[in-house]
Amino acid sequence: MAPEGPIASADLAILLNALAIMLVIVVPTILATLGVAWWYRAGNARAHYRPDFAYSGRVELIVWSIPIMVILFLGGVIWIGSHDLDPGRPIPSRQPPLEVQVVSLDWAWLFIYPEQQVASLNALALPVGVPVHLRLTSASVMNSFFVPRLGSQIYAMNGMETQLSLRADRAGQFYGQSAQFSGDGFSDMHFAVQALPGVGFAQWVKAAQASQSILDDRSFADLGGQHRPIEPSTMRAPQGTLFDAIVAQHIAPAPGPQLGPGGRAQSTPSSSGVQNHAG
Amino acid sequence: MSSAAGTSSDPHRLGHGRNEDDNQRDTTGHGQGGPASKRIVVGYGFWIYLLSDIVLFSAFFAAYAVLAHATAGGPSGPQIFTRTRVAVETVCLLLSSYCCGLASLGAERRSQLTTQLSLAATGLLGAAFLAIELSEFAELMARGATPTRSAFLSSFFALVGLHGLHVTIGLLWLGTMMAQTWVKGFRPAIMRRLLCFSLFWHALDIVWVGVFSIVYLLGSRA
Amino acid sequence: MLGKLDWSAIPFAQPIPLFAAGLVMLALLGAAIWVTRRGLWSYLWREWITSVDHKRIGIMYSMLALLMLLRGFIDAIMMRSQQSIAVHGAKGYLPPEHYDQIFSAHGTIMIFFGAMPFIIGLMNFVVPLQLGVRDVAFPTLNSVSFWLTASGALLVNMSLVIGEFARTGWLPYAPLSETTYSPGVGVDYYLWAIQISGAGTLMTGINLVTTILKMRTPGMSYMRMPMFCWTALGSNMLIVAAFPILTATLAMLTLDRYLGFHFFTNEAGGNMMMFVNLIWAWGHPEVYILILPAFGVFSEVFSTFSGKPLFGYRSMVAATLFIVVVSFFVWLHHFFTMGAGADVNAFFGIATSVIAVGTGVKIYNWLFTMVGGRLRFPTPMLWSLAFMVTFVVGGMTGVLMAVPPADFLLHNSMFLVAHFHNVIVGGVIFGAFAGYSFWFPKAFGFQLDERWGKRAFWPSLIGFVLTFGALYVVGLEGMTRRLQRTEVDDWIPWLHVALAGVGFMMLGVAAQAIQLYISIRDRERLRDLTGDPWDGRSLEWSTSSPPPAFNFAVMPDVRGEEAYWGMKRRAIEAQSLGDEPAYESIDMPRNSPTGIVTAFFATLIGFALIWQIWWLAILGFLGTYATFVVFAWRDRDEISVPVEEVTRIDRARRAARARHLGQNDEEPA
Repeated sequence: MAPEGPIASADLAILLNALAIMLVIVVPTILATLGVAWWYRAGNARAHYRPDFAYSGRVELIVWSIPIMVILFLGGVIWIGSHDLDPGRPIPSRQPPLEVQVVSLDWAWLFIYPEQQVASLNALALPVGVPVHLRLTSASVMNSFFVPRLGSQIYAMNGMETQLSLRADRAGQFYGQSAQFSGDGFSDMHFAVQALPGVGFAQWVKAAQASQSILDDRSFADLGGQHRPIEPSTMRAPQGTLFDAIVAQHIAPAPGPQLGPGGRAQSTPSSSGVQNHAG
Repeated sequence: MSSAAGTSSDPHRLGHGRNEDDNQRDTTGHGQGGPASKRIVVGYGFWIYLLSDIVLFSAFFAAYAVLAHATAGGPSGPQIFTRTRVAVETVCLLLSSYCCGLASLGAERRSQLTTQLSLAATGLLGAAFLAIELSEFAELMARGATPTRSAFLSSFFALVGLHGLHVTIGLLWLGTMMAQTWVKGFRPAIMRRLLCFSLFWHALDIVWVGVFSIVYLLGSRA
Repeated sequence: MLGKLDWSAIPFAQPIPLFAAGLVMLALLGAAIWVTRRGLWSYLWREWITSVDHKRIGIMYSMLALLMLLRGFIDAIMMRSQQSIAVHGAKGYLPPEHYDQIFSAHGTIMIFFGAMPFIIGLMNFVVPLQLGVRDVAFPTLNSVSFWLTASGALLVNMSLVIGEFARTGWLPYAPLSETTYSPGVGVDYYLWAIQISGAGTLMTGINLVTTILKMRTPGMSYMRMPMFCWTALGSNMLIVAAFPILTATLAMLTLDRYLGFHFFTNEAGGNMMMFVNLIWAWGHPEVYILILPAFGVFSEVFSTFSGKPLFGYRSMVAATLFIVVVSFFVWLHHFFTMGAGADVNAFFGIATSVIAVGTGVKIYNWLFTMVGGRLRFPTPMLWSLAFMVTFVVGGMTGVLMAVPPADFLLHNSMFLVAHFHNVIVGGVIFGAFAGYSFWFPKAFGFQLDERWGKRAFWPSLIGFVLTFGALYVVGLEGMTRRLQRTEVDDWIPWLHVALAGVGFMMLGVAAQAIQLYISIRDRERLRDLTGDPWDGRSLEWSTSSPPPAFNFAVMPDVRGEEAYWGMKRRAIEAQSLGDEPAYESIDMPRNSPTGIVTAFFATLIGFALIWQIWWLAILGFLGTYATFVVFAWRDRDEISVPVEEVTRIDRARRAARARHLGQNDEEPA
């Protein structure tokens, strides 16, 4: 794990701290188990057999207090960590965050940039060093938006909106994926995250704004069916209300697969409908 | 003999070993007297089953509480509940429980006549309850308030329907119970089953009180 | 006439399931021919299929579990090999629609038809023996429970060749499992299989709770019960409290799918988050339903092979009950990533780590049980030690994921997969095998071959460490679960290591099978004459191996903790078994085909509802009702074992014991 942003580093730091706290007792416990088992083997004449040693108040006290103390300590870590790294909490920064709306589809990710009036499919471009505020929903089943190197994941659910703040601190290309199984095309639901320096991001936006294809209610309806895999593409998105309409369920959710012969679901892998609009 | 076992009979120093030679015997099944009597075992087991059934209902109650306002533009509670009908329904069920109690008394006195008559009354009142419930369902469906209309109606039909299903199964059981009692008389096995049946029937009453208050009383106010 | 069912339901175009099904059919046919030629059908019917003896039912549960573990393991081999092949743009040999069924079936089978029956089988067999009683509270119900579980297993396996299985994972998260996104019969197979076997499990829970609370031999007070009985009590109380939630949740999903209700749909106000909450309100207690009896097995094994009482018995009881209660307050840790808010996440995170206190206490108590002991290391002890060493790691990674920010990275990753396999394989399955090798001589009257037992243990352990160690690493590298193919190069070596681990586990499985064969072949050499092959401490070792149908000729009189240890000590001290008791005839419950007939109709109902063959479903319901009435109508439900028979059997047992007592002055009899 190589974190590329503050959230990922903080998540990882907590993970490693908690791991270290527990290793302090786990390693001695393992060693003690093996040691005791070896020493008290039946063949060891030097080991003292105490067939009635079944209770000791002092030992009991230790036995309960070790785990309790570790958990008390860890409880503090959990409480502070949960609040500091709550996905909905904005990243403190002098720059205003970039707003991105995320919609999970069958089986692709749609990213809408309302301020820039552009959108992209299966490709997320971000400016380096600027906090990104994501609002997420799903046009279909549940998914989980996850870019391991940027940190925290969060569910995308139909009829609901979740929030997540992330930041990339270095330019580069990172792997993003869905972390919640969503059907036959699930393995295709990965996307490239491009962290671009300020200029590069502006160029990317400009190129997207010049795109031939357009994201509106009609072309979104074409995205609803089951497609796989979908090539990354960009488009203009002049209509700013699409995301809210999906959250409010004013747009019907994805239709899902057909029932094929023999009682089996048939997910038809066609991406033709998309290519036309996203050329 | 007790001294021989002295050190190892109570290695955890619980102090239970002290009286090991007074044979305190009772039949509660709490360990001193051995297995409980069959009647206690059967009744106890049935109680555990009823607890699990209450958990089942709790899940449906919880679902109803979550979805009570998810009307999706369809009818809401106050628009579809009629209190008078539910009151009549409730009275039927309560009276039927009363009759079920009479049947237990009759069985206690080994009176075939009282038992059968009370059981029959129990069944008739239960059937009346069910008929009223079904007429309510039919009327709601006719008005378009079907379970497919909204999540609220789904959870309503499921919760009330689950209770109705229990009553239906209870009626089937009641029928076989009457036949068994008639043919086989008040044997211990039959007495145990009558006990379980009356527990079941009274439990349905308790659940109905919950349905009545949470669904109908709270629901028709909101 | 046949609803949705037609010939296209059988996947003639797909070689793998067809071949597998053919193989199973051949094996079944072979078994049937063998049974016929030996003329064993009536024996099977009398002594096993219609048996209401808790020991027989426990054995049948365990046999079902072993078969299903094998089936689930084959699924695992396919998943591991697919993931190792399908890299760099290769598609592998399992297309998504198959792969998705395989991991769903793997989870479903392993939990519901592998781990659960194994654990229930052990409890069924051991608990009445340890309590010193002759059967469970409701013997016929017990048989119904078993056959309903078998019926569920049958339905899941039928989906292999008739239609399809769920492609939604072992917990069918809505809305993916709704008709819109899963129109096939797969989810229906899942629903009816789990509902039918779940009903059986609930009955087991009721049965065993009643047994433990109301049926104990005189003197067996709560604080004298063996630890396994305590954990069984905890487990079964959890079954009673949690399984109805599963039934309710799946019933709601069924209503959604069959009648267009809107509990969890995307439309009309349905709430998918409610599904996730409800299913885990059952799902987390389920984890403890599985692990608690395994903890009980380890307690018995550590104490027996250390030659000491269990250390800190009271603490162990307290820790068990603590876990039972807290297990209902942790379910939300399965979805910290739902965005519930910091306070909620923190509460459930802390509650989850608090549950580790109970487990930690148990670990240390087992450790101190060994301190001052005289340790022997037969197979059950090896499984138990391997459990202790690996389980602390699994527990640690579990607590790690209870820290919400860490979970934000690890949720649904291969790290999670590694974690729950670490605890379920290392805890439940190791526990089941420890119990299997520990109580096998009690069940069959001869021991399992030790050499092959060790040969099964070591490769299994190595394979386990390799596979799940690799999955931990690849999970930390960000790989999520349930991927049918992957594109990230860094993951590939680890996926290969995991596959190599599976190879080792295959050796272990093979050795396990060979062990069984060798042990049956050499049963005379391995015969357990005394009924007490391990120098045991609880009452099951006081009767002969295998025990007579009535378990104990005379109800044991318990005078202290470790009931049998005390009796044995007194006998050795006195160099005699004590006076022959006054035998009486014993009433035992009569065999009944109610279980298998009920399960037959349940299978019929399940199959009919899956394929929407409504008349068949109605027929099934009528059949079930008729079975119920016929059962209720029977006049004689007990048979009497005559006093001569009881005397003869118990005198033989006492003679064997007395011989042993005479031979061995040093060692306890």
